[in-house]
Amino acid sequence: MSNVDQNPVKLLELEGVSISQSGREVLHDVTFDIYKGKFIGLIGTNGSGKTTLLRAILGIISPSSGHIRFLNSSKQGRSRNIGYVPQKIDFDPDMPLRARDLVALGLDGNRLGISKRKKSDKLLIDSLVEQVGAADFANSRVGELSGGEQQRIMIAHALISKPELILLDEPLANLDLRSQVEIVTLVSKLAREGNITVLISTHDMNPLLPVMDRILYIANGKVASGEVSEVVTTESLSSLYGHHVEVVNLKGRILVVPEIEEGGFNFLRGIPGNEDH
Amino acid sequence: MFSAFMLNAWEISSIVAVVSGVVGFFVVQRANAFAAHALPNGAFAGAAAASYLGVSAVIGLSVFSLAGALAIAGLSRRTRSDVATALVMVLMLSLGSLFLSFSSGYAQQIYSLLFGEVFGISRSEILPTFVVSLFCLIAVLFLYRQLIYTSVVPEAAQAKGVKLAFVDLMFLLILALTTTMAVPVIGTVLIFTLLISPAAAARSFTSKVPVAIMISVSLALITVWVSIALSYWTNYPVGFFVGACGAAIYASGRIYRSIQSKNLNFGEANSLHAL
Repeated sequence: MSNVDQNPVKLLELEGVSISQSGREVLHDVTFDIYKGKFIGLIGTNGSGKTTLLRAILGIISPSSGHIRFLNSSKQGRSRNIGYVPQKIDFDPDMPLRARDLVALGLDGNRLGISKRKKSDKLLIDSLVEQVGAADFANSRVGELSGGEQQRIMIAHALISKPELILLDEPLANLDLRSQVEIVTLVSKLAREGNITVLISTHDMNPLLPVMDRILYIANGKVASGEVSEVVTTESLSSLYGHHVEVVNLKGRILVVPEIEEGGFNFLRGIPGNEDH
Repeated sequence: MFSAFMLNAWEISSIVAVVSGVVGFFVVQRANAFAAHALPNGAFAGAAAASYLGVSAVIGLSVFSLAGALAIAGLSRRTRSDVATALVMVLMLSLGSLFLSFSSGYAQQIYSLLFGEVFGISRSEILPTFVVSLFCLIAVLFLYRQLIYTSVVPEAAQAKGVKLAFVDLMFLLILALTTTMAVPVIGTVLIFTLLISPAAAARSFTSKVPVAIMISVSLALITVWVSIALSYWTNYPVGFFVGACGAAIYASGRIYRSIQSKNLNFGEANSLHAL
């Protein structure tokens, strides 16, 4: 990654982007750049507009003002090749679709007609399945897999079209701690190997801290960005969250710990029988 | 059993079964079962309107089912699609009851559309049915990958440039055409059976889409063939056998899947639920 740092190549540019949905302004005057090869965390609470921002970058929704520009690419709008792992989907367990078939949809699911897959396509599907560690369950029904297994398949589905940029929307939600670490490690490894830029949204930044290069923090319709070392400090995070947050170093790992609200104790005190007499 | 008029019944029911097996797979896969119920019922109302206006029932069927498909697709963009479907269906049914009240003299003809008249099909009806069926099948093949992609991960399909609203609308139009073609043959009530049961059962027998579609078509064909043969021998209505076969096929699919299932307890609970 160090060679990338020395010659930063701008991949994506957002300039004064505002997005309104059903009369409400979800994002206001958002400006930031994304550089090639970076692993970026998009941090914000539920409902802060993370998904809206990702959908705008994908070209699914258009900004009401400002523009989103892809550099080094003549292709704009929906034809841009961006990998996308949408927010948790409920797969029907009875659906007759194997895990590897879902990976294959990332290759040609958007085309018309029936699939005529070449030998090279099959090898590509096999190699993606292998890379995300899904070989053991590639022939199982997607709907019967665990949440972590489904995420691996969705990552392979997003990467099979060989995108420069991959967007993951809350891929760690609903996963146990071990699966969270596995998914983060996998994405970071694949991104480094393929020189793929990653934008990953989450409401909990702890699992990303070991691998994240930059943070995009989103709150009240506005976005702030910075290096992890600048943003992840007790002062800076506390002011972003509007709530005291402690950044601690535990055995060489940086962790972000929110302080329990005093209101919580007041609430307990308010319950009959808990009052101080 | 293979006399001239019976030959018409075999041919037309086979055509309807093939299309229902294919279109039905996507009805179940795309969770459009309610639309598959609403469109034939709405089309039935169209036949009542056609009878009142003195035009061919097929015109009434096609106008109402296509208009219903457009209305469901349009309203679904603004409200929940099950609510949109229900609203369109009750509107069309209420129009149907109005037209039926105007044309009491011909009501018998219209009521026959409820359960169809597979034994009353004339030679001249086979070619148009065949042409419409072929058109539906070609349309499904044309949209094949997008129909699947948008039903599995719609957001990802959208990100790859697939227009969700367009695919939804196209599929509802295909369903409307299937309905128009099948209602005179097996009726508004039973087209629903033929669209849902074979496809739902087929999903239990395989984990591959193309294989599931082939199984769905085979089960639909078995359903109509067995039903016609049993009806011929027993003189009980075809509709009874189509419904009964549909239920039996679905139950056998669930039982098969529960036996296949690794977790025995889970499987038993499922098969009990299905029965």
